Parts: sequence; C-alpha cells; structure tokens
Amino acid sequence: MDLILEYQDQLLAGTWVTIKLALLSLLIAVLFGLVGAWAKLSKNIVAQKIAAAYTAIVRGVPDLVLILLVFFGGQELANSIGTLTGLWEYAEISQFAAGVGTIGIVFGGYMTETFRGAILSIPKGQIEAGVACGMSRMIIFRRVIWPQMVVYALPGFSNNWLVQIKSTALVSVIGLQDVVYNGFVAGRSTRQLFTFMFAVLMIYLVLTAISDSGLRWLDKKYSKGIVRSDDG
Amino acid sequence: MAESIVKFLETWSPIDIVLIAQNFDRFLWGALTTLELTVISLLVGGILSIPLAIIRAGNNKILNAPVWVFTYVFRGTPLLVQTYLIYYGLGQFEWIRETFLWGPVLSQAWYCALIAFSLNTAAYTAELLRGSIVNTSRGEIEAARACGFSRAMRMRRIVLPSAFRRALPAYSNEVIFMLHGSVVASTITIQDLLGVGRWLNGRYYLAYEGFITAAVLYFIIVLAVSRGFRLWEKHWLAHLYPQDAVKTKPKKGLASFRI
Repeated sequence: MDLILEYQDQLLAGTWVTIKLALLSLLIAVLFGLVGAWAKLSKNIVAQKIAAAYTAIVRGVPDLVLILLVFFGGQELANSIGTLTGLWEYAEISQFAAGVGTIGIVFGGYMTETFRGAILSIPKGQIEAGVACGMSRMIIFRRVIWPQMVVYALPGFSNNWLVQIKSTALVSVIGLQDVVYNGFVAGRSTRQLFTFMFAVLMIYLVLTAISDSGLRWLDKKYSKGIVRSDDG
Repeated sequence: MAESIVKFLETWSPIDIVLIAQNFDRFLWGALTTLELTVISLLVGGILSIPLAIIRAGNNKILNAPVWVFTYVFRGTPLLVQTYLIYYGLGQFEWIRETFLWGPVLSQAWYCALIAFSLNTAAYTAELLRGSIVNTSRGEIEAARACGFSRAMRMRRIVLPSAFRRALPAYSNEVIFMLHGSVVASTITIQDLLGVGRWLNGRYYLAYEGFITAAVLYFIIVLAVSRGFRLWEKHWLAHLYPQDAVKTKPKKGLASFRI
C-alpha cells in the first residue's frame, strides 16, 4: 500500500490518460455510429455496402490487430504519401492518436448496430405522420427520431461503453502511457507486479462502477413512460 | 508461369505477398494456437460457469455474494490486466514460486493465458446463463413440479436444456469476444496468430504484412464461427420460431446438420 502511494502520481496520470482516451474515442464512436446507422438504413446501395463492410470488418478483426496496423502501418502510409506528393517529409502518428482513432472507429461499428436497431424500433407510422405534417427530413430526425432513438439505444450504448473502457487497456501495447503501462513500469521497477497490477485492476473496477451507475441513472431518467417487456 | 507470377507480385504488389506465402505455415500454426487457447478456455470456462450460474440464479445469499464478486471483478476489468496479473504478478509471491505448480504451470505463459481466459469467459458466461435460467417460463417449472420432479431434476431436465438453447445467440457473441480477446496472448510472448504477425514485422522490419495477414485470418475464423452458430441456432431454437417460417423455408445446410 505504501508503495502504491509512492507511485500514485504515475498511476493517477495514467488513469487520466485512460479516461481521456476513452471519452474521446467514445465521441468518435458515436459519430461513426450515427453515420453508419444512417448509411445502413439509407436507400443508397453504395452507402449500404460500405457500412456493411465496415461493421463486418470491425466484428471480424480483433481491436489490438487494428490498433497495431494503424499505429505502424498508418505511419508508413503517411510517410509514403508524403514522399509521393512531396507535401511533407516526415509524419508521425502519436500513440494517443492511433489509440483514439482506432478504438473510436472499432466501437463506431458496434454503435452502428445499436443505433440502427434503435431507429428501427421507432414505429414507422410516426415518421409517416411527420411527413404528413409537412416536416422536413431534418426536423423529423430532430423531433421524432432522435429523442426516441436515444431511449432505445441506451441499453446497447451502455454495453458498448463498458466494453470500450476495457478495450483502452490495449493501447499500452503500443507504448501509450496509460494506467496499465504506468502500473506495469512501476511494478517492474519495484518488483511488485502483483501489487501494481491489482491496483490497476481496482482502478478499472472503479471506472466501470462509476459509469455503470451513471448510465443506470440516465436510463431511469430517459425511460420514463416506456414499458420494456423484459427486465434486462 | 509460376515464376512470372512471383516476379509480377514482387514488382507490383504494395505488400510483400511472396514473403507472406513463404511464412504462411507459421501463420497457420499461429492460428492453431489461437484456436487452441480459445477453444480450451471456452470449454473450461463453460464448465465452470454452469454451477456459478445456478448459484447466481438461486436464492442462497451466502453462496451468491462471492460468485457475484467474482463475476463483477472479471467483467469489470480488462482481460489484458487480468492476464498480466496472473503471468507477471504471481511470481511476486515466494510461496507460489515454491509450490510444485510453479515450474510446469504458473511460470508458463500458455497456461497463464489459459487460466486468465477461462476465468474471464466463465464470469461472462455465468451471467449470461443466469439471465437465461431466470427467464425460464413459469409454466414449464410448474408443470415439472406437478409431475413430482425434485429441484435437482427440474434443473437438469427442464431448466438447463431450455436455458442453454435460449442463451445460444448471446453465447455466440461471447465466443467471438473470446476469440478477439485471445490476442492478449501475444503480449505475454505467446506465438498466436497476432504473435506471428508481430514476429514477421519485427524480423523483416515491415509495417503491414504481418498485421494484415493476421487480420485476414482472424476475419475468416470469426466468419466461420458466426456462420456455424447461425446453423446451430436454427437447429436448436427451431421450436421458438413461427411454425410456418420453418416449414416453408428449408434453408440449405439445415438438413445435413440434423442428427
């Protein structure tokens, strides 16, 4: 315990990196999820195909493989493009950018499915009613679809977020100094790896517990007036 | 002919396909390690999860609490940290290093990954099965009671068989999740599919080849697994589908799958 207190600055700094990483990638995931759900439900066949390929790849390839590919491959790609076009000499993708981008895009794929399901569970009659009232597509989305979609999507969203927080641990593999990396380094230098990895475990547990109760509160707040058939 | 193809690939392909082909057997061995780790931990975790799920679904508070803590901790923390804790962490304790298990099991990366993965999937599967056990329709249980089934017999003959079936769609997600999770093995020196990809890139100082090959192979495995589960669901959940939907649409592959 004393040892952990001695290294608390590193652990806290790492936790902060983890939180930033998780929140920023959540933002990207929601954006990709919205665009993806729109593409999947649109009448445009090209958009549909692209969205289908996107969700299939994300579901089929483990996130760590994609993180490594983006971090190492993206670097190489950026440099080749720079050399070819002569626009820049040397580009560097930071670990943080690679982590945020990849995790955001990966969970964007899961969000796509969540949002798509949520939009589909809005009765079609309501959208037709909106059209009949002369609402534009934008207004129908804002006033009819969005408020209900948020409610229907919340359980799936919560699930995705809880998985996503845990996925951020993987960026320690490319050397980003998140809570796992810092905990590991501290544990190695003090030869107390169990103590430190246990501390990291507890930090994650606290993060998930906080988001769990936060999401539960949100769910209670938003699902007033909605009857769910199951209790899950 | 073959030579000219090789020549063409060497000069025109943006990634070194010839090098991948030369090392393809390594990738297949890596895939085998990945599958081995995933399948064995799913088996061990699956067996562990059944008693845990029954306890979680029951009313016994004394047993319920520790199982709840177990599933909460393993579901609330990253698999990477759990694996590190077991592989790197256990060596911190003198008394563990002195047990007979240390040499052959606990100091080996493969077994440590297996232990971490099994416990992890046991926690997820237990909660998933618990939900499915709790949602068994009351009528079935009442009917079994009326027939004079004992508690154990009800669980074995009525509740579990139907709960397993209803848990199948969610379980297919868990299997794919575990397959994705098994990449963690490559971070503790195991040469699984991703491990081979990282080895190739490190050895030849490459950026794409190893990871892309690993990604494609993972993709194929996941595709095969989810197709397999879809067939399985059609077989084991046939009684839950609308009657005529099953009759009028005999899908290919279903007939060959019936035992």
